[in-house]
Amino acid sequence: MSKRNPEYDFKWCPGCGDFGVRRAIEFAMIDRLENTDLPIENNVVVAGIGCSGNLVHLLEGQQPYGIHGIHGRSLPIAFGVKMANPELNVIVVAGDGDFLSIGGEHIGPQAARNLNICAVVMDNGVYGLTKGQSSPTSKSGAITSSTPFGKIEAQADPLQLYLTHGATFVASGFSGQPRELAQLITRGMNHPGFAMVHVQSPCTTYNDFFMEMKGDAKNGIAPLVQPIPEEHDASNIDAAFELIQKPGVPIGVIYEDSNVATLDQKVVDMRSKARVRDAEALLGDFEF
Amino acid sequence: MQMRDFVVRFAGEGGQGVVTSAEGLAQASTQVGYHALTYATFPSQILGGPTWTQARISTETVLSAGDNIDVLVAFNEEAYENHRSEVRDGGVIIFNSNDFEIENNPQSFGLPIDELARTTGNNRAANMIVIGALAHLVNMPQQYLKDFVTDRFTRGRDNDEEIIKSNHQALDLGRSHAAESGFNLGELADPIKPDYQQVMMKGNEAISVGAIAAGLNFYAGYPISPATTVLLYMERNLHGEGKFVYQVGSEIEAITALIGGGYAGKKAMTATAGPGFSLMSEGIGLAWMSEVPLVVVDVQRGGPATGLPTKTEQSDLMSCMYPAHGDVKLPVIAVGTVEECFYGAVKALNWAERYQGPVILMTEMALAERVQNIPRPDLSKITVENRLTYDGNNGYKRYEGDQLSPMPIPGRPGAYVANGSEHDDVGDTTHLASHHISNTERRFNKIELLKENEYESQNPDSEICILPWGGSKGPALEAFNELNAEGMDIGFYYTMLLNPLPPEMLEQLQNKKLVIVPELNFQGQFSSILRSLNVNAVSITQYTGLPFRVKDLVSEIKNLTETKTK
Ligand SMILES: Cc1ncc(C[n+]2csc(CCOP(=O)(O)OP(=O)(O)O)c2C)c(N)n1
Ligand code: SF4
Ligand SMILES: [Mg+2]
Repeated sequence: MSKRNPEYDFKWCPGCGDFGVRRAIEFAMIDRLENTDLPIENNVVVAGIGCSGNLVHLLEGQQPYGIHGIHGRSLPIAFGVKMANPELNVIVVAGDGDFLSIGGEHIGPQAARNLNICAVVMDNGVYGLTKGQSSPTSKSGAITSSTPFGKIEAQADPLQLYLTHGATFVASGFSGQPRELAQLITRGMNHPGFAMVHVQSPCTTYNDFFMEMKGDAKNGIAPLVQPIPEEHDASNIDAAFELIQKPGVPIGVIYEDSNVATLDQKVVDMRSKARVRDAEALLGDFEF
Repeated sequence: MQMRDFVVRFAGEGGQGVVTSAEGLAQASTQVGYHALTYATFPSQILGGPTWTQARISTETVLSAGDNIDVLVAFNEEAYENHRSEVRDGGVIIFNSNDFEIENNPQSFGLPIDELARTTGNNRAANMIVIGALAHLVNMPQQYLKDFVTDRFTRGRDNDEEIIKSNHQALDLGRSHAAESGFNLGELADPIKPDYQQVMMKGNEAISVGAIAAGLNFYAGYPISPATTVLLYMERNLHGEGKFVYQVGSEIEAITALIGGGYAGKKAMTATAGPGFSLMSEGIGLAWMSEVPLVVVDVQRGGPATGLPTKTEQSDLMSCMYPAHGDVKLPVIAVGTVEECFYGAVKALNWAERYQGPVILMTEMALAERVQNIPRPDLSKITVENRLTYDGNNGYKRYEGDQLSPMPIPGRPGAYVANGSEHDDVGDTTHLASHHISNTERRFNKIELLKENEYESQNPDSEICILPWGGSKGPALEAFNELNAEGMDIGFYYTMLLNPLPPEMLEQLQNKKLVIVPELNFQGQFSSILRSLNVNAVSITQYTGLPFRVKDLVSEIKNLTETKTK
């Protein structure tokens, strides 16, 4: 809502990777409006707290519903929205700290439930909003404001984490390629189940790895981002684990299994076993 | 001697039928028209462990579990030693003579409970042996009990007849055995059977059904004593089109899921106890800030941290009213009887819808597990409120103005950002003072919509009054009745609505010389809140993990009125 709203007082730094992610989400949203008959109000963007979460206020064009909640809780909030109304398209936008550190406990349960939402994680390997502390995806040894002698923890491997938790869709993208990223997000939104789209989204101010990702042909630096080879079989979990072990950042769909029932479907199935009674009937159980 | 009131304590180990005996006696008695109330404490271990329950049977509505124990049923020696001193003069102790022997206590007689049960061919009829013996002690007609047994075990199964027969036999055996002991307490006056339909339920059941009656359609919870039974009730019964119930992974997940559900249009609720409530605190603040209706039930137990998980206390009032950082003061409803559990739940859901924000419904361990007979709620007489929703076009200013506004529902036009950061009219983050001022005022202004003059009072002209809250209502009312009968000039006030307080009642309290607040916590939490509202309140505190005893309240009230009004 940035252009229309001068009172909104948060701005991303120039060159921030999150601009590209925003673009990608806008593309995916437009695509959805054009290719389905669902209006914009069918979409709900649930944002975490961080520079990244501000994406919910910065979308241009038709405005979806949004929730900008509390740090780390975008997933359970999205769970509530989706289970309240499974007809809604629910998208989570969060940072690496928000999603993997304070909110890390929520990934496993939602993956196990196969909650039918799409989560877009903007990984800049740092806590941006709080000005540059180390995050789970900061490199081991990284000097940050909170690790003046180098980060002593191992660097988290989010793609492996999602696969291990049983996410039924795992994709990896790069903010420097908004068109391609939009396609991954569209696939994630269309995926029937828990879809993770993990995005390398450099922080120009505290952890700028844009060049590393993009590479620099002139200076002979090979890009880290590599499109996933066509022959990769995304339906094969072993192939998925193998792929992410390779050096570089694979870009594309790493794993997809569309044959797992979603949580909302399972709830409908369970309901068929339950006796449906209203309050009047329930009170009857206690009469004497 | 005619008795109008009969109090029995059952003490022993978990699994010995301590709980089922109290509930069985209460059920049998209410069936024939008595009023009953039970009190249960649980051991903190899973199997066994010392436990006791109490059942109070009366010809009138029962207010408290009763301090004057007429009969102690001791299932083992430890129980006998621990509870014997609380039996009133002239009371009787029945001990399980299959477990131990008591010598030299002329107040007691042995009942070979297990052996007698065995002779009926049904070990599970042990309860009925005990109930038969109790019936003799107060000359309760045997037919009452037999009818109850027939009723209860007629379940359309092949062995119904066999089970009924063994239970009837157990009642007779218990009764004749007690008769041989020569003990008798008198005669319990005939019941005055209420001429209205009744239900018999536990506090947590009443909350569950009340919430469902008020339109609950979204429940997420995490197991914790003594709130788990609400989750279990919902898992069994909150079903049907558009309804959702789920055991989530933590209380943090529960509250944030409720925010998603409430935002998306549902009437959402969770039930928890202190530790879970503390984890919810940030989420409750988010609901307040982003204006999402939801209800959190806090079934209080004792102490901070893990505290006393299976004991009762009223020590969460401060954390319920001020659960989160920043400027918040939440609407709080605290229930004091099983009947109020039902109506309090209805009101909590209505309030959440009416002011579009979080409401805390407080109850406590002693109420959660209490079985009580209450008039069957008439669902045609309850009002169910639904939030004001937005039905216009896109481009809506959800947070415009400093008063309640219609709430858009995702899926329908009116998209906005529900924001936990301070926000402008459309929900975008802002730090401008003008928005923080108007929104802070807006959030507090909405509370005005909840002001209702629903309270009880007696002797409103007295300068001194008793003002209990929550589950201390029963013992305090009984103490008041006693003092009043003695001729003391004292008043009584009570309301479930702790924030906002009924304005009329608050005004009266502000004009009292002294307001005495019995409450089960160390700090005197309610009285300190009242003092901040210009009420001259003092607390009677207790922090034993047990409810108040009427006799203690009576003497404390006398004490306070003498010392504080000089
Ligand atoms: C409960 C809580 N703890 C801490 C914070 C402070 N905080 C705000 S954002 C943030 C980390 C943001 O990092 P990340 O999620 O990676 O997002 P980024 O800013 O990098 O996009 C922290 C620690 C908070 N808002 N709430
Ligand atoms: S601090 Fe980093 S992540 Fe935050 S806006 Fe600036 S560049 Fe983006
Ligand atoms: Mg980050």
